[in-house]
Amino acid sequence: MILQVQGVCKRFGGLQALTDVTFDMEEGQILGLIGPNGAGKTTLFNAVNGVYPPEVGKVVFRGQDITRWAPYKVAHLGMARTFQVVRPLNELTVRDNVIVGACYGREGHSRTAGAKVADAVLERVGLAERANQLAASLNVAQKKRLEMARALAAKPYLLLLDEVLAGLNPTEVARMLDTIRQIRAEGVTIFMIEHLMHAVMNLSDWVVVLDYGKVIAQGLPQQVSTDPHVVEAYLGDPRLAAELLAGG
Amino acid sequence: MKVGNVGAVRPAASAAVPSIPARFWQRVSFWVTLAVVALLGAVAIVSQRDTLREAMFTLLMFASLASSLNILLGYTGYVSFGHIVFFGLGGYSGFYFISKQGWSIYPSLIVGGLVASVIALLIGLSILRLRGAYFALATIGILEAARAFVANFGPFGGSTGLSINFSVYRQYGGPAQALWTSFYIMWVITFIVVIVSFYIKSSRFGLGLLSIREDEDAALVMGVNAPRWKTLAYVVSAFFPGVIGTLYFFKNGNVEPADAFRLQMSIETIVMVMLGGQGTVLGPILGAATYDRLRSYLLTSDLFKNLHLAVAGLALLLIVLFVPAGVVGWLRGRFAQLRRVLE
Ligand SMILES: Nc1ncnc2c1ncn2[C@@H]1O[C@H](COP(=O)(O)OP(=O)(O)O)[C@@H](O)[C@H]1O
Ligand SMILES: [Mg+2]
Repeated sequence: MILQVQGVCKRFGGLQALTDVTFDMEEGQILGLIGPNGAGKTTLFNAVNGVYPPEVGKVVFRGQDITRWAPYKVAHLGMARTFQVVRPLNELTVRDNVIVGACYGREGHSRTAGAKVADAVLERVGLAERANQLAASLNVAQKKRLEMARALAAKPYLLLLDEVLAGLNPTEVARMLDTIRQIRAEGVTIFMIEHLMHAVMNLSDWVVVLDYGKVIAQGLPQQVSTDPHVVEAYLGDPRLAAELLAGG
Repeated sequence: MKVGNVGAVRPAASAAVPSIPARFWQRVSFWVTLAVVALLGAVAIVSQRDTLREAMFTLLMFASLASSLNILLGYTGYVSFGHIVFFGLGGYSGFYFISKQGWSIYPSLIVGGLVASVIALLIGLSILRLRGAYFALATIGILEAARAFVANFGPFGGSTGLSINFSVYRQYGGPAQALWTSFYIMWVITFIVVIVSFYIKSSRFGLGLLSIREDEDAALVMGVNAPRWKTLAYVVSAFFPGVIGTLYFFKNGNVEPADAFRLQMSIETIVMVMLGGQGTVLGPILGAATYDRLRSYLLTSDLFKNLHLAVAGLALLLIVLFVPAGVVGWLRGRFAQLRRVLE
């Protein structure tokens, strides 16, 4: 088990954002996290990597209890993430953004070594030509790739991807899916939040479904897509429900 | 490696722009900055005029104060309105060893810097949790508190302060020669500040600071130990004001609370950093030179003499409104080619 989440609860004022969330992640797999908007998916990422420490419950990463650790310590251990709402370091170049990932991630490179790592990563995500531009000047699809590049430069064992496909056109989606498959092929475990049902169902080895902060189902993609609870949870969103029933 | 599979990205096989490594340009801009500092000092030496030497001392002093503030303000993105507190406290401490313990200026300079850094460490651990305007306000509070403390602190002479006997200057070749010595030391300090500032910016540490400036929460998630690095930035940026304070009071022969903790001086230093371009190595030096010349021009006019601070405030306002990146930053943004040259 690379990650164990045990009975995690997180509350924002009067809102119970996560209730008793429990699941395990196996090394080398892709785990898909789905659920309606506001279900608490991003909050779960935040609880796992220390941005919002959970009040109750435990997070174990590679055998180490990391509950309530500061995010930078979690990063050093080998967990990297992308942000759903992209957060480029605007006034830095694309290359420097990625060097931050390399210098402060798991391998903690020097700046010179970090630059080499960054260039290799930029090449593979297709941003090499943009390396010297300011991050602010990228378009949305490129910013998503930048998020990915920064996380990859950290050489994580576990990569948390928060809706990296959202807002991309079909060509860009196909490209990003390729990248994700490659990363997995290199042995990186991936925990991904995704709204595009066909993508989740195709990529994931295991799917966890969150609704109102609770895990309402988990299993193989086919099991989950026919689970009555899941279908019900998605009834509010007929398009997603249809996609789900169509088997992705 | 799917680089080529989206048609638009690649025109005929990698049209490699003949690129000179970014490092090279960073070096160039670094040497340009050093050349500016060298020139500023050389002017006084060549002329051998006392008035010019004093003017250049002040200019170099502000240039290095601005440059060290830039490590916090420009690189890390934390606005310290009360940064002059380190000039005051460090200066007082260094001066104490000269006047009361009979130390020579050189070790006293180091002690002044170290005291400022240690105090910055203690203060930083508590107030660097605050962000934005809260941090800025806290720094003003600390400046006022330090002034009040020193004015009542016996060993520092309370509200009358400390002074040195003129005979102390004998070991430096007499009072006149001591002024020249002070000038040379100030010149050397400015070089050191520029060098340190450049090396920090091109280091791993500096990149961490820049990432904190851009988005502290994102930086944390990327593994930047923000609490540690910003405290270190605060400590480093406090060191030089402590050294400079010691030198300044040594040159003046006395120190008193009203002189050591001037909010106005703090604000002027911020104006200099912002005017030249925060976050660049060259900016604070140019900003200090420009503002200092402007100020000495205004000071000779009776009308402006008393509007000193108002002018600084107005300048700050205009910069924030119209050229928030400062002159160097504006040039970098306006002419993309300059981005590599002006570091
Ligand atoms: N920092 C926060 N403060 C208060 N409420 C929050 C915060 N972050 C998320 N929430 C709330 O928690 C719930 C879950 O949000 P989120 O995890 O972003 O959902 P999802 O990613 O599944 O769309 C939402 O109701 C959201 O408004
Ligand atoms: Mg979300």
